[in-house]
Amino acid sequence: MSGWLSALFNTLDPFCGPAGVFTWFGGTGLVSCGDTGWGDEIAFGVKVTISLALATLPVGLLIGFLIALAAQSQEKLLRLAAGIYTTIFRGLPELLTLFIVYYGAQMLIQSVLAFFGYDGRVEINAFVAGMVALAVVFSSYSSEVLLSAFRAIPRGQYEAGDALGLRRGKTMVLIVLPQLIRIALPGLTNLWLILLKDTSYVSVIGLADIVRQTGVAARVSKEAFFFYFLACLLYLILAMISSYGLGFIERWAKRSEVSR
Amino acid sequence: MSVAKEMIPPRPAPAVLHRPLTTAKVVGIGVLILWALLAMALISMVIEGWDPAKFERYGPRYLNGLWTTISLVGISIVLGAVLSLPIAFARMSKNRVLNAIAYAYVYIFRSTPLLAQLFLIYYGLGSFRPQLESVGLWWFFREAWYCGLFSLTLNTAAYQAEILRGAIQSVPVGQHEGAAALGISKRVAFWKIILPQALIVALRPYGNEIILMIKGSAVVAIVTVYDLMGETRYAFSRTFDYQTYLWAAIFYLTMVEALRHLWNFIERRLTRHLVR
Repeated sequence: MSGWLSALFNTLDPFCGPAGVFTWFGGTGLVSCGDTGWGDEIAFGVKVTISLALATLPVGLLIGFLIALAAQSQEKLLRLAAGIYTTIFRGLPELLTLFIVYYGAQMLIQSVLAFFGYDGRVEINAFVAGMVALAVVFSSYSSEVLLSAFRAIPRGQYEAGDALGLRRGKTMVLIVLPQLIRIALPGLTNLWLILLKDTSYVSVIGLADIVRQTGVAARVSKEAFFFYFLACLLYLILAMISSYGLGFIERWAKRSEVSR
Repeated sequence: MSVAKEMIPPRPAPAVLHRPLTTAKVVGIGVLILWALLAMALISMVIEGWDPAKFERYGPRYLNGLWTTISLVGISIVLGAVLSLPIAFARMSKNRVLNAIAYAYVYIFRSTPLLAQLFLIYYGLGSFRPQLESVGLWWFFREAWYCGLFSLTLNTAAYQAEILRGAIQSVPVGQHEGAAALGISKRVAFWKIILPQALIVALRPYGNEIILMIKGSAVVAIVTVYDLMGETRYAFSRTFDYQTYLWAAIFYLTMVEALRHLWNFIERRLTRHLVR
């Protein structure tokens, strides 16, 4: 099964597959696939960037949703707790958040292990650290988007749910959430594009994403301009593809609205 | 036929459902306690790891870095505002070519990461040393500070152009028509009627852009500029003390929060006439 899947992915690989860009146009030059060129390394970087962004998205959305729920609750303490979270993580530079999570988690785990009598060096996975840091930043921004979407839904919708005898959870899932998604979608689209760009920061803690891989290629081959230009181009293409795809989702979400 | 002979005495209101502990309250208290514990842990870490030698050594460097960050952001915001004017007007012009060029500029700079742009300018253009030397621009692209300033300016110009365009286009057509009906020339109408209204709309996005720039300027630390983040990385690489990052966080948070409150104040003051 997995062999079959990986064979499929290899065939459809847009970079180094049989129909890949680098296979066709790379030739034996700098971006050829294999040992002589950097094509396959850069293709790997693109995969890491995409999978990091895709892995961060659901986590960030879930945390952001919970924070938005807390921020619009009637309980003052809960609002305060959510406010502290968003204020801190929207005020810190993403790079600093990444370092704080990366080194902080390392030290925390190390001190916990030392408490249990293990004295070794701990290194946490750069992918996980990057994912946590990006999810924290993404969630604090998405909570604001979702909060304003919550405010755009009239009270009558909740009251209608009560009148129909639905429980609170059912009201949320059946009545509020579908409208919430539609209202929040443009804001979330923006945040996704920002997230895609923010993944470039993980190259600093050594994760092999696009910037890291092109950087290595640039240093070794001394063709810095070409490779960094390629990196910008790859991000541009990713942004184009996602805005194209998100356009579809937006149209799908709006299909019930009156066409103007 | 029965008639009510006497009034029903007024009933007391139903007793208020007194639930001292709702789930929301429990969760709120729990999370607040978590925050408090975290804050105490961080404060105790700072107090325990306090070292006057380190403070004397790295304190001034932090202030230097803070100044570098502020000047970098300030200069790039101003230069970006200047550069954004022609871009915004090109974006609004009816000329197809100008419009396409401005659109491409904005699209490219807004959808690629600042880090990649910075690398492209610092390392990428830096590899054309002979050519740059022959044009006499090498002194500019040799310095990491100038490169950081250059890429931040180009980046913020793209964002500011969009802010400006959106704000100008948000002014209703009636304002243009009213000015034309009064016989006011286009130029005067723009400066005296359109722009003041547009800038009030643009005020909040501009504030957000400055905050984003303060946060984004941290990337210049990676190309060896000693801004606040750069000094933090330097101090951490020397001491392996986690405190260094906490101090940077405090500085950044203070800057951003101060700016946010200042901006709220300015906005409230400038929109006094709009309050009903």
